[in-house]
Amino acid sequence: MLSNLLHINTLWVMASTMILGIAAGGIGCLAYWKRQNLMSDALSHAALPGVVVAFLIIQEKNLLLLVIGAALSALLGAFFIQWFTSASRITEDTAMGMTLSVFYGVGVMLLAIANRSPGGNQSGLNNFIYGQAAAMVRSDVITMVVLAAIVIFIIFIAFKEWKLFLFDPDFAKGIGLSIRGMNVLYTIVLVTTIVIGIQAVGVILMAAMLIIPAVSARYWTHSFKMMILLSSVIGGLSGAFGTWVSSTGSGLPTGPFIVLTSAAVFTISLFFGKEHGIVIRYIQFKMQQRSSRLDHQQVMTGKGGRSQ
Amino acid sequence: MSYSMWIILTASLVGLSCGLIGVFLILRKQAMMADGISHTVLLGIVLAYMVTQEVSGPAMLIGGIFAGILTAFLVQTLSSLKVRHDASLGIVFTSLFAIGVILISTSVGNVHLDVKHALMGEITFIPFTTMDLPLIGSIPKATALLLLVLLVVIFFIVAFYKEWKITSFDAALAASLGIPVIFFHYLFMTLVSVTTVASFDAVGAILVVAMLITPAAAAYLWTDKLIVMLFLSGGFGVLSAIIGYWIATWLDTSISGSMALATGCIFFVTFLLSPKHGLVSRWVRPAELREEQEA
Repeated sequence: MLSNLLHINTLWVMASTMILGIAAGGIGCLAYWKRQNLMSDALSHAALPGVVVAFLIIQEKNLLLLVIGAALSALLGAFFIQWFTSASRITEDTAMGMTLSVFYGVGVMLLAIANRSPGGNQSGLNNFIYGQAAAMVRSDVITMVVLAAIVIFIIFIAFKEWKLFLFDPDFAKGIGLSIRGMNVLYTIVLVTTIVIGIQAVGVILMAAMLIIPAVSARYWTHSFKMMILLSSVIGGLSGAFGTWVSSTGSGLPTGPFIVLTSAAVFTISLFFGKEHGIVIRYIQFKMQQRSSRLDHQQVMTGKGGRSQ
Repeated sequence: MSYSMWIILTASLVGLSCGLIGVFLILRKQAMMADGISHTVLLGIVLAYMVTQEVSGPAMLIGGIFAGILTAFLVQTLSSLKVRHDASLGIVFTSLFAIGVILISTSVGNVHLDVKHALMGEITFIPFTTMDLPLIGSIPKATALLLLVLLVVIFFIVAFYKEWKITSFDAALAASLGIPVIFFHYLFMTLVSVTTVASFDAVGAILVVAMLITPAAAAYLWTDKLIVMLFLSGGFGVLSAIIGYWIATWLDTSISGSMALATGCIFFVTFLLSPKHGLVSRWVRPAELREEQEA
């Protein structure tokens, strides 16, 4: 098992899933406070047609170009969701459900066409969609790491602005921060994270990488800064650990193991978390009960004493 | 009946049952639950396969229903523990799906169960596995199953029509009237799972989600009456099946994908042209009237 860890390719892949996890954990906190947890699911599905169109145009599997295609089509999906919700009585979750299924359907149609196209060697395209981190080559890893690093940089450099944007948009507007600009930046960062993550963990499980670390971190702290840090750490560790587990056997998928690792962290946080964890809440409840019982007894005896 | 007629008929059955169920999904604001269940059903099917060693038939149905109810239950539990509803759905369905994928890749191996097949669906092969029914004669297995599911869905909608109406529009009122709201929530989730599993093998998860949400959303923009919405939504489902098949033969591409695209086109046309809530009618309508209507 350890020799496996030392294998150079595994190390590369582990590094990339780790940095992906860090980026996803950070941006996941923003999505959590924007109450858009499932948006990541919708956008990762909406990226599919863009990937296939980009592939049909360039006829080869160049990660950077595929990522650009994916990002454009995910942004189009985000635009549709926004438009449907603001211009009609369709609720956001309905708009997300429609966008993700219709975009994905179109993606599947285009994929069938790409599979027929002459000379189009579509091997690897499926890996891109269903996620197989082990199939990544070094240039893919470099593209991924660079993009993820940019995302992490944007989150941490504009930390104060994000905080204002999420928690007090009115004040943010007052000091001259463009809410619209921040929204655009947020969407771009979210979409970038999603599209670079698709190749490692697949369309469906990308949502988990954004949601689970953020929700788990929420159980340990009230501070936004700590939450982002913790969430990034959880995301990064799950990425590395999941990849390592999947590399111990042949043919084990990477994405599901990453997701299960973070799900385990979530379960632990849910029970033992410092803030509102089940165990803590139970102990607090019991202490409350006891103290109120004591109070009650004191009042009863006290009253009795006075009346006599 | 000819090959393409069977495919259109099967897809229409999917469109009908999903359209009917979808109306309540939208009214109960649980559209994304459809997406969640359509993924976790995979786990149910894998578990059923591991127990019975066969992929089709009642075992699969039971496995899928189990997975659907498990999803609904876990989401409900997490929400009651103060995790946000959408976050808990995101956590539950991705984790269960991950377990399903791992089980497929390790123990079940490469039987005809694989993720890609399940998510994309193979409606093309439906007419080839047939069974004999009395009176009707030879009919594809999937079609017969979907017919049965449609009857079950219609039966439950008609039998509890009033209850569905009240619990969907005003859960608090329903509870004060003594209607078991929680029971109806789980009954509804069971119906969603049954419809999903039955449609799953025929058309794939993504078309199920499209058929569940999109026609109902389009119908929602046409009318304010529940009964009209039900008929419209079912009708849109069938219409998308037919248009989708036509697109697929025209472009020679995936049938399920084209049908999902067709639902999207129907919604988009509605979104632009619907008399009451459409974009064009809003734009044309005089300002005073607009305020009056929106107030």
